[in-house]
Amino acid sequence: MRKLLAVMLLGLLPLYAQYAHAEQVKDMAQDLAEHPIKDPAVEKRLINLSQKLRCLVCQNESLASSHAELAEDLRRQVREMIEKGMTDKQITDYLVARYGDFVLYDPPVKETTLLLWYGPFGLVLVGMAVLFYQLRKRRRLIKEPELSPEAHHRAAALLNDEEDNQA
Amino acid sequence: MMRFILPLVAFIVLVVFLAKGLFLHPHEVPSPLIDKPAPGFSLPRLDLPAKKFSPADMKGKVWLLNVWASWCESCKDEHPVLLDLAGQHQVAIYGLDYKDKPADAKAWLNTAGNPYTLVAQDADGRVGIDYGVYGVPETYVIDKQGIIRYKQIGPITMQNLRSIILPMVHKLEKES
Repeated sequence: MRKLLAVMLLGLLPLYAQYAHAEQVKDMAQDLAEHPIKDPAVEKRLINLSQKLRCLVCQNESLASSHAELAEDLRRQVREMIEKGMTDKQITDYLVARYGDFVLYDPPVKETTLLLWYGPFGLVLVGMAVLFYQLRKRRRLIKEPELSPEAHHRAAALLNDEEDNQA
Repeated sequence: MMRFILPLVAFIVLVVFLAKGLFLHPHEVPSPLIDKPAPGFSLPRLDLPAKKFSPADMKGKVWLLNVWASWCESCKDEHPVLLDLAGQHQVAIYGLDYKDKPADAKAWLNTAGNPYTLVAQDADGRVGIDYGVYGVPETYVIDKQGIIRYKQIGPITMQNLRSIILPMVHKLEKES
């Protein structure tokens, strides 16, 4: 019974996906109706740029994909700045001045972000040093087993045997 | 002995970091506007739209700029605290009505009480962007020189009013 229920629920998933997709298309269509594309080049730059910017309301969504009202306002602002002919750098500087480095998905290298940028490499180095040290310690611990004269004889006999067989 | 101490130390360090992470507020993004001049604007007043309000009018005074809206639920939680603060007459509260309909804003202030000396309307949210607003309510403490000295993200509570905002206002009052 439980299995059947699970199968039925799974069967509904594609339906939901389709519904969600339809909603998204509707949203996009509405967005387009409200802001008709005047210049495709501007829209392309807007999408490109807003994919690198973080929506402050949803935090893990980019400005391009967020539905938050603030994201819409910021996209409008960015669109206007592009139309005014500002460079990408000028536009990101404008946003950083208001919202801080947090709006950038790609944080700049500076004093406060040194650990963020180079910390992982430091950890790898520490890990490698520990590994190297441990391996060397282990090697010292492994002793070559000493063979008794008797064992030597037996080994020699076995080796000779093998050679005889091969011949 | 070392065999046990090292992993234990590593574990404790990890726990300390995770515990610290547990008490962070990722939604409170530090504002780059602290210690910078409050962005200028000139916006229509809610009561008299023909008249404008500009932060430049406030030179020489310590004041609070509270960004709010009638559609904002946590602003309603904050409202009694603002009313209480307004009643104490320690500092003037100026409102920035963010992306709101003037009629809704007026109706809300009429029913709930008006803690604001004056409210300016930021109908399309552009001034909000200049102030780095990303979630109402937000409150700025602005000094006599027009410099933003503190930003409260989210509703002001009695507790942080007493421990942060009022002490800051008193300190700023003594500055020239």
